[in-house]
Amino acid sequence: MYDLPEQFSAFGEARQKGFLTVKSVKEAGGMVAGVFCTFTPLEILDAAGFLPVSLCGMSDEVIPAAEAHLPRNLCPLIKSSYGFAVSQKCPYTYFADLIVGETTCDGKKKMYELLGKLKRTYILHLPQGEDPNALESWTKELRRFIAYLEDTFSLRITDEALREAAHMRNRERQKRMRLMELMKLDPPPMRGEQLASVLDGAGFLFEAASREAKLDSLAEEVSTQYVAGERPVSASDKRILVTGCPIGGVLKKAVGLIERSGGTAVCFENCSGIKAAWQMVDADAPDIVRAIAARYLEIGCAVMTPNAKRFALLERLVDEYRIDGVVEVELQFCTPYLIEAHPVREWARGRELPYLGLETDYSQSDAGQLSTRLEAFLERL
Amino acid sequence: MRYAIGIDIGSTCAKTVVMDETGGIVRRMLQPTGWSSVDTAEAIRAELFREGVSMEDSRCVATGYGRVSVPYADRCVTEITCHGRGACRIFGTDELLIIDIGGQDTKLIAVEDGMVKDFVMNDKCSAGTGRFLEIMANTLSLRPAELCELAAGGGSTSISSMCTVFAESEVISLIGRGEKRENIAFAVVDSIVKKVVSQASRIQSDAKTVCLTGGLCEFDYLLQTLSQQLGRRVVSGPDARYAGAIGAALAARKLLS
Repeated sequence: MYDLPEQFSAFGEARQKGFLTVKSVKEAGGMVAGVFCTFTPLEILDAAGFLPVSLCGMSDEVIPAAEAHLPRNLCPLIKSSYGFAVSQKCPYTYFADLIVGETTCDGKKKMYELLGKLKRTYILHLPQGEDPNALESWTKELRRFIAYLEDTFSLRITDEALREAAHMRNRERQKRMRLMELMKLDPPPMRGEQLASVLDGAGFLFEAASREAKLDSLAEEVSTQYVAGERPVSASDKRILVTGCPIGGVLKKAVGLIERSGGTAVCFENCSGIKAAWQMVDADAPDIVRAIAARYLEIGCAVMTPNAKRFALLERLVDEYRIDGVVEVELQFCTPYLIEAHPVREWARGRELPYLGLETDYSQSDAGQLSTRLEAFLERL
Repeated sequence: MRYAIGIDIGSTCAKTVVMDETGGIVRRMLQPTGWSSVDTAEAIRAELFREGVSMEDSRCVATGYGRVSVPYADRCVTEITCHGRGACRIFGTDELLIIDIGGQDTKLIAVEDGMVKDFVMNDKCSAGTGRFLEIMANTLSLRPAELCELAAGGGSTSISSMCTVFAESEVISLIGRGEKRENIAFAVVDSIVKKVVSQASRIQSDAKTVCLTGGLCEFDYLLQTLSQQLGRRVVSGPDARYAGAIGAALAARKLLS
């Protein structure tokens, strides 16, 4: 085993250290927007001069606080996100001037309503599927959001600023993709758990140029070491595609277990992975707001009905990453993904791909059962 | 003599099977797991040693949820893979659908060409497991085997709660209402079978043989109801509770050669 490139740790620490950056941004008179979802149009916040920060809850420590207001049988991500806000344990929520939510799943939608009582919250009305009016109504919705930001915070969001932001976010997406695509190598040049923590940590490196440089130099170093003959992952490891719910809160548990049982997560289709990075905004389109709207509507999330885009992407990834097996990680009580697990299982069966569905939460109480399942799954591959 | 030893440490019972080099089973052992899997593993080693089976010459594979607590095992393999191999040997076929009702979880395992093709397993909840039966039997002051026998003569009652804790209070209220014990026993078995049937709908298997493994394998009434509700004949036998340990011993035998 070779030493991990030091840059890995820079990403790991970004989440912890990032709040100092946010604090200094605030002290210098800057504004912070708390966001939860890959549907949030970051370009608009960038162009408005806001610093977008992810508030997605990934720990179970604040869930008891959330359950004072929320039902127990609700997904842990929603409970954790709300728990951090209500217990004031998240510095990012504390510093946020505005929270931006979307009408994605019912649980989030209703949670944002409650959040609105604690913090200024704006809810974007996201279309619920691939209907002919979707692009029209989402574009209008984004224009309404722009007008809201301009009025509420007395600022101007110009097309030039939007285009510039689109170029910047596209560059970031390309760099994330470049890193993820290194996993097409066989054997892969890093562990999936490392890759996922980099993708998560990059969101907490707030300065675009330095974030891009760090992503680039990590990809450089990983490639250089690989070319020099370093093989941190065994060639006998099975190549696993991870799909399903956001996995930030169960990364160690689910992905860690895969990688201790003879597999490597070479591809993440989830929110923090390829799903949210592979499409670019057409930054030179005549109508930039419409171009931004179009790009976000391409995300194949289970809140959409129908959700053919997810299946088209899965189909492609299986070949590109030479996948041996699919592991779908579901958060308990996530109705959209749990229902969509059935067609995903059927799709895998049709492709004769071994499939394992795991339903879990942020606690450690099912770690034993999960490991039996994952080990048995990998034994059969 | 060199032996192949399979140890299956389940949540309730620890099963040990010793095979000679030809694959013949020379010893079966069953003991409660107790609170410490490590102590149980040690007790098994001591017992085998007394009987002249030394770990040094032999190969040992551990399985079951306590598989990591067997320090002297040469390998750990999950109970899903071991049940697959063990059941193939017991039932003399390599196309099988296995229903394993264990202490803390219930699994359905589809085996094709002797290999595990797919499996489903209950989540955190204990409905439809051996533990569920045990708790309900306790509430009725019965042993699990007695409950199953009684159930054969009952009917016309059902338990609707899937949750063990709620189901227990449902049973208590049935007792309070003066419902006959055999009817309550019937409802308990019926609830387990329904849960297994619903899990079975999530797995595809055209295997001719459907078998029951695990601690409930000798309960005739359970087999009969399972067969009825699944619409497929479910077979079992006294060795079926050792399926995991037999599978582990078969894996250990491979390490001998």
